[in-house]
Amino acid sequence: MSSHVLNADAAHGHDHGHEEHHDSGPMTVFGFWLYLMTDCILFASIFAAFGVLSNNFAGGPSGHDIFELNYVLGETALLLFSSITFGFAMLAMYKGNKNGVLAWLAITFLLGLGFIVMEVNEFHLLVSEGFGPQRSGFLSGFFALVGTHGLHVTGGLIWMAVMMYQINKKGITATNKTRMSCLSLFWHFLDVVWICVFTVVYLLGVL
Amino acid sequence: MFGKLSLDAIPYHEPIVMVTIAMIALGGIALIGAITYFRKWTYLWTEWLTSVDHKKIGVMYIIVAMVMLLRGFADAIMMRTQLAMATGGGEGYLPPEHYDQIFTAHGVIMIIFMAMPFFTGLMNIVLPLQIGARDVAFPFLNSLSFWLLVSGVALVNISLGVGEFAKTGWVAYPPLAGIQYSPGVGVDYYIWALQISGLGTTLTGVNFLATVLKMRAPGMKLMDMPIFTWTCTWANILIVASFPILTATLALLTVDRYLDFHIFTNELGGNPMMYVNLFWAWGHPEVYILILPAFGVFSEVISTFTGKRLFGHKSMIYASGAISVLGFGVWLHHFFTMGSGASVNTFFGLATMLISIPTGVKLFNWLFTIYQGRLRFTAPVCWTLGFMITFSIGGMTGVLLAVPGADFVLHNSLFVIAHFHNVIIGGAVFGYIAGFAFWFPKAFGFTLNEKWGKAAFWFWISGFYVAFMPLYALGFMGMTRRLNSSTNPAWEPYLYVAVIGAVLILFGIACQLIQLYVSIRDRKQNMDVTGDPWNAHTLEWSTSSPPPFYNFATLPVNAGLDAFTEAKRDGSAYKAPAKYSAIHMPNNTATGVWMGALITVFGFAMIWHIWWLVVASLVGTIAVFVAHAARDDQGYMVPAEEVARIEGERLKAMGLATGSPVHGARVESFERV
Amino acid sequence: MSKKRYPRLFGILPFLGMLFLSGCNWTLLDPKGQVGIEQKNLILIATGLMLLVVIPVILMTIAFAWKYRASNKAANYTPDWSHSTKIEVAVWTIPVLIIIALGYVTYKTTHSLDPYRPLDSDVKPVQIDVVALDWKWLFIYPEQGIATVNKIVFPANTPVNFRVTSDAVMNSFFIPGLGGQIYAMAGMTTKLHLIANEKGEFDGISANYSGAGFTGMKFKAIATSQADFDAWVNEVKQSPKQLEAAEYEALAKPSENNPVALYGAAPADFFQTIVDKYEGMKRGKPVHHEKEASKEVAAVQEVDTSMHSAAGAEE
Repeated sequence: MSSHVLNADAAHGHDHGHEEHHDSGPMTVFGFWLYLMTDCILFASIFAAFGVLSNNFAGGPSGHDIFELNYVLGETALLLFSSITFGFAMLAMYKGNKNGVLAWLAITFLLGLGFIVMEVNEFHLLVSEGFGPQRSGFLSGFFALVGTHGLHVTGGLIWMAVMMYQINKKGITATNKTRMSCLSLFWHFLDVVWICVFTVVYLLGVL
Repeated sequence: MFGKLSLDAIPYHEPIVMVTIAMIALGGIALIGAITYFRKWTYLWTEWLTSVDHKKIGVMYIIVAMVMLLRGFADAIMMRTQLAMATGGGEGYLPPEHYDQIFTAHGVIMIIFMAMPFFTGLMNIVLPLQIGARDVAFPFLNSLSFWLLVSGVALVNISLGVGEFAKTGWVAYPPLAGIQYSPGVGVDYYIWALQISGLGTTLTGVNFLATVLKMRAPGMKLMDMPIFTWTCTWANILIVASFPILTATLALLTVDRYLDFHIFTNELGGNPMMYVNLFWAWGHPEVYILILPAFGVFSEVISTFTGKRLFGHKSMIYASGAISVLGFGVWLHHFFTMGSGASVNTFFGLATMLISIPTGVKLFNWLFTIYQGRLRFTAPVCWTLGFMITFSIGGMTGVLLAVPGADFVLHNSLFVIAHFHNVIIGGAVFGYIAGFAFWFPKAFGFTLNEKWGKAAFWFWISGFYVAFMPLYALGFMGMTRRLNSSTNPAWEPYLYVAVIGAVLILFGIACQLIQLYVSIRDRKQNMDVTGDPWNAHTLEWSTSSPPPFYNFATLPVNAGLDAFTEAKRDGSAYKAPAKYSAIHMPNNTATGVWMGALITVFGFAMIWHIWWLVVASLVGTIAVFVAHAARDDQGYMVPAEEVARIEGERLKAMGLATGSPVHGARVESFERV
Repeated sequence: MSKKRYPRLFGILPFLGMLFLSGCNWTLLDPKGQVGIEQKNLILIATGLMLLVVIPVILMTIAFAWKYRASNKAANYTPDWSHSTKIEVAVWTIPVLIIIALGYVTYKTTHSLDPYRPLDSDVKPVQIDVVALDWKWLFIYPEQGIATVNKIVFPANTPVNFRVTSDAVMNSFFIPGLGGQIYAMAGMTTKLHLIANEKGEFDGISANYSGAGFTGMKFKAIATSQADFDAWVNEVKQSPKQLEAAEYEALAKPSENNPVALYGAAPADFFQTIVDKYEGMKRGKPVHHEKEASKEVAAVQEVDTSMHSAAGAEE
């Protein structure tokens, strides 16, 4: 049971402490991935709720009446494009290009912000026309599902802002790399969820 | 300024509540006074509250669980006395608006704030040690999870004195729990207490899954993990898969109540039965989350005290897995009477019965572990045997309830109450208490008093039967649950007997408190110097009791099944390594405490609609977290000399205590006969 | 210590025996209706099947614990024995066999005792519509055109077809002496079929907690002869009160421990009116193709009843 063997074999990053580049990064990313699975189930539950309520119009409008597919396509484009730009940010990070990371993150942030602004605008229009969540089960399910996604994106934006500040201040450190990997997972995950939202809520709603 | 909150929210007119609050306040003042007098604030803050050490967090979880056990039990005994008094046209001493809060609080507290933290506490203390790890995967997150639980506990207890708690039953079915039928703040307390502590539980699940998958001692295979670790792992998988459903469901109920959504309402296309489905899609896995770790405890206890290996270790792992997977496909058996039709009911009835197969296998495996063993009748063994008998009965009544035709007459009756107390007390609680006695010396370095432990067992088990067998009978007599008075003279004798049972359990709890007092008083005589008081199999016993903060001076390598037994046999146990190395450890942090406090404020502000405070506390919570992250705390190194010093002291103490090489003496009892 | 424990544990068993033997005073074990009798038999069969494995397990626990106590040095001790394919096969097979048997019983009875299944009888059934209110039961006899609160009368040996809904929170409609129960849910219609095999007076309750007045939400279910039933109907018809909108609105307000009330006249479709109040449960009418949608509503309602599933429940 020599300590030499131990240090060579230890699965746990903490034991590499005396080495220069100790890195608990993979574990953090793995843990974050697990967390995303729980988030996935959260969305699945709300999707199920929306599914059950999707035809309970209570005399109110259906998706066909209120969704503007072109507008939502615009939203979708913003979010999908932001995933690509986040990918460029990650590439810049691997190259150690701090300014590149910051620039691509800023673009991603703006795209994400654009998505949220468009969504808030859509919600505002619906509510002002009297088609708020109070109107029917269908609209409640719609606002709950799309709103939950929107809250996640907002959370992602706050995180991204903090991330930019951190990278600007400390550069591309091991910790920042790990956090960028997590944020990247989160951001792409939200993209995937949105594709489901777009398909299930908007496309199927309009068809 | 204060939203819905005003001085009217304090129930001045309810003497029972006010007296309770006064007693809690006095107790709290006494506690604070004592800590101040003995100048323990700094110690408490630096060594416990801000600790990220899994063992200390585990101890704190169990303390919370025990305090909440007292609270939940107080509710229980109030309900039983009410029902014994409210007979023959009498109304008892609790008006419906108070009684209805009590049975809701009892259910919520016992499941979410007693059983869950008790299991989480045991898992915290034991699991990292069993897999030979220094800590959990994310120590800070672990601290945060704990403080989120405390936040939920705080909200539930605040509801006692400020406002009210839900009057809906612990399931809070809409539309009764909707804003139309429950306009008060009670359901909001329920929602936020569960939501916040549930978030903590989800994080715990993620944390411990990452721990077992990534931090096992080098060379330890998954199938070689001890059985308690395995059952906890299955429970964590269930947590990760089911708690998000609760989060979503409560969130949907929240928007219904706060923003006039129509998700679970009667009107405008809401669907209350969807809540019932979603609730039990979480709720049923939840009961397996409670019971599986208890199964793990029984397995460890029985294999240790028979001096035998666990019979069918693999079989146990698969059985637990089968229970976990099947547990997700049975939720509808909680409402066969909804009218889903015979085919749907048959499916869920049969799925439920399937679960009894792996459960039955487990019982047989414990039996064959005892078979040809040398069973020592310690307190943990008493709890285990009591469990095996009691749980067989509870399992049987459970399967009976899974037969839809039978459930149509037994549903929502006291038979159901008797059944789930039969499995939760006789299964989960007995298991946690057994685990508490079993691992207490590991956590504190001395064993618990056996005499008082056994007295507690006998009071508990006899109290259980006296309290709940009459409830089975009352179920057959057509008495339904949640009644606040008894209207049938034939029920009365059974209700009186049930009170006696509750009093017996009260004596059992008293014995446990005395046991703690006596054990702490006599700790010098009951020191566990070797770290292995029971001659057990697994790695947690290979280190000292209590373990050093780094758990293991050198991580065990290639630890297989029953690793410590093997080590004791081949003589490698208790050997100092050739050389110690420095150990990397995480720093303590107060972030979890602050976040928990701010989230409590957030929950309170949400409950009372104090919107500015909602925003302020939310921003504060995020700010505290961001500041924590910005520190990039990389932890610190424990120098090799320090490790050598601590380990040296331990070996010296053992040498002095036993006067002979420890392993030689202990291996003896393990040789083949 | 160990010697004392066994008498106590054995002491449980007679108590359990008592639980089943003295059951003749217990409502569910002494039902007066065909449905309840079948449910009682089911309970006894299922329990018996399970006792086949439960009793041996309990006895083995006690016997093994006693025989292999540490002080008994005469017993075998095999510390490393932890696997036996034979035993493993047996411990998996035994529960599987029991569950197959129980599963078969469950399959048969779940279909035969389905509360939606009309009872086999030559006698023409009596229809009673049930509405759960906060906190009382409203009963409508659509064929007789009368209504009552907290009391029903029906002929013995005649199937009674209940249609159940709620105009408030969820309740469960239950007459323990006759068998079975079913949820009462707003906007949904559930069905229950019961029969009384003899004349008698039975307690009716709500079996699902519904708020402050829940405990007092009881009714009497009286099975009489056909002649007495007819007489009773005529008597109710004399009652001056009539169930119409204003009267119902007053009745629907929350109230506790309501006395029995009788309504001399009630519209036959009153029940459906109450169910339809919560139309949002049904597929709605998108604003700009009204006609199509109303057809759809009708179609869906038909499907709902034929599938006899609670509308909107996850299927």
